[in-house]
Amino acid sequence: MNFKHILMAGTFAGAALVASHASASVLDTVKQRGTLNCGTDNTAPGFGYLNTTTGQMEGLDVDFCKAIAAAVLGDASKVKFVTVTDKSRFDAVLTNQVDVVFAHTTIKPARESSIAIDFLPINFYDGTGVMVKTESGVAKFDDLDGATFCTTQGSVTETVLTSAFKARGWTASKVLTYENLEKLFAALNSGRCNAMSTDKSALAAWAGNSPKPADYLILPDTLDKSPFGGFVVANDSRWRNALRWSSYGLFQAEESGISQANLDEKLKSEDPFVQKFLGVGGGYGKDFGLPDDFVAQAIKAVGNYGEIYARNLGPDTKMFLDRKGTPNALWTEGGAIYSPLWN
Amino acid sequence: MTLEHTNATGLTVERDLTVARRRRNRIRYHATQLAVVVAALALVVLFAVAVKEGLARHGIKFSFSFLWDAAGFDISEGKTFVFDSGFWLGFSDFTSDRSIAQAFVAGIVNTIKVAVLAIVLSTVLGTLLGVGRLSTNWVVRNLSFWCVEFVRNTPLLIQLVFWYFAVVLHFPPIAAAAKFYGVIISQQGLYVPALTWQGEGSAVAIALASACWVAVLGLVFDRHRTTRWICLGALVALPSLMLATGTLALDFPVASKFQASGGTSISPEMAALLLAIVFNSASYIAEIVRGSIDALPKGQWEAAASLGLGRRDTVNDIILPQVFRVVLPSFGNQYISLTKNTALGIAIGYPELFNIYGTIANQTGHSLEGIVIVMASYLILSWIISAAVSWADRRLSNPGAMR
Repeated sequence: MNFKHILMAGTFAGAALVASHASASVLDTVKQRGTLNCGTDNTAPGFGYLNTTTGQMEGLDVDFCKAIAAAVLGDASKVKFVTVTDKSRFDAVLTNQVDVVFAHTTIKPARESSIAIDFLPINFYDGTGVMVKTESGVAKFDDLDGATFCTTQGSVTETVLTSAFKARGWTASKVLTYENLEKLFAALNSGRCNAMSTDKSALAAWAGNSPKPADYLILPDTLDKSPFGGFVVANDSRWRNALRWSSYGLFQAEESGISQANLDEKLKSEDPFVQKFLGVGGGYGKDFGLPDDFVAQAIKAVGNYGEIYARNLGPDTKMFLDRKGTPNALWTEGGAIYSPLWN
Repeated sequence: MTLEHTNATGLTVERDLTVARRRRNRIRYHATQLAVVVAALALVVLFAVAVKEGLARHGIKFSFSFLWDAAGFDISEGKTFVFDSGFWLGFSDFTSDRSIAQAFVAGIVNTIKVAVLAIVLSTVLGTLLGVGRLSTNWVVRNLSFWCVEFVRNTPLLIQLVFWYFAVVLHFPPIAAAAKFYGVIISQQGLYVPALTWQGEGSAVAIALASACWVAVLGLVFDRHRTTRWICLGALVALPSLMLATGTLALDFPVASKFQASGGTSISPEMAALLLAIVFNSASYIAEIVRGSIDALPKGQWEAAASLGLGRRDTVNDIILPQVFRVVLPSFGNQYISLTKNTALGIAIGYPELFNIYGTIANQTGHSLEGIVIVMASYLILSWIISAAVSWADRRLSNPGAMR
């Protein structure tokens, strides 16, 4: 048996790494290491990308990484960003290269059933959209019969497009898949692709960051819903629960009106719920293996969900994605951002 | 082997001892071989079990049953084997309701398509460049030299992206495409008219088609030059006759709003991949050819010259036949590396085997099983190529088979 383990370690390093720590939770590993390895994209504006003027990673996913680092380790700067692609993100978690991935990943059953990962709460509600060049004169999806659609490899869009063609009985339409959005966008610009299809937020980002945003038209049709969530390795409840409730904490903070700005004031609040929520004189953290003030630390680092959204995706950014009337609004405002009961 | 002292008691005893020793040695030899093989097999099995156990511990199932699931995704181009019409094995376009296994086949077919075309084209171009580098003409010599140097000293991946984004995608869009004699060149692809069979089952038509095949076989296999010229002539005359009688028809591509239909087409992705691989591989083949020509004794050139042969005849009849016998193994290496290089097609979205694997692994989550299939496929392809090359090598090395 021992020999087998050595053999495995030598030849299948990734799996062996997990095997030797099979019983230990990632939570203990992270606390012991003192840093959080967080997998993010670095080419997705609004979610995870390298801001070339500041040299910093920015985005909704990046802020979630920081919030987790703050909640678990008490310091948002103790996060190491590891770049993952649409294709590599699952293997990165399975081989313990990263502790958690936040990389605009669509939650769907096949991913949990056959890849051995567990998803975290939905942190953004997106939908599959289609973008064309304005000069093509295409106004709606149904104008595109026979067109060449381009998308990224490893995304759900591949199957979504195929279903959309089938539903409409289109046979001449083709799907071309590229490695990344950069090549995809270049192919749209060159005219090779008549339409570019991926999540609407990404379409908005690429059009918004181009020299002439008016050259592109995002069609009104939404082909399929696409809820995003982070994910961790499967069968590690302690780690997953700590992360789930850290995420819910950000949602609840917005609902309870606790923000980065008024945190100091709220810490002095007499309200027993707010006191316990923020970990003043005992909180919810201990049972998860986290500090009692984990929610307060996360809010101190990145603010509540509303602030994170406004900073990265809201109308003040190039993404220009208004929350109002979308599922990304709080449930109290008709959206779907909802935290379970904390009391 | 141990030396044994035999006291000279008699010839028979000594012979018996020698026989016994030889047998013992033989048994020991075979036992060692067997032990090594068994140990190697045991290691492989143990490794496989350990991996499977490790995967099972993470809740990952290692099984190939996903191959029979419906794919659910489209491939931009590609044909696969189908069993639609009962017993007969068909060959038709891949669609999303085919199985994952058929998607793999489509990927392999696309890989083979590019590899075979690239092998043929790069051999021709490479030989031309290689001979060109030794040309007495200053322009040809330097042009060949710089082509080879430029291509050999830049990464293939970068050449590929260059061919695709800087050349092929700058062809005109389909609406403004260049059209002549039914050929459409656009950034949606290169469309050429296709021959379609209209003869149905008529005896004359089938006879004509069979005659064409005989002509092809004769052209390839017959040893007499005159017969081959006759076959070539027949190959020009027969299809013309069939076109005139209407048993064969030309299907012209017709441009529509987004693409063209009809005829046969080469997608921009395939064109770019083919261009990149052919030029890259040709430059290496050119160096192999040049090196082998250089290695030939100078006396070969001098002897040819003293017989009064011109430069062209010397190269065609004296130099190249000798060169090809030497370079075949090196060509084989080049063909194998070229075939593996087709996997770079993923960078420009050409649906070859590795690209399709990427899609399958992401849609099904079975990346480990997939990579095993991909590796086995490339291994088999490489084996087939090296077997074909060594067959050709044996044939050429046999003096009786030389023409």
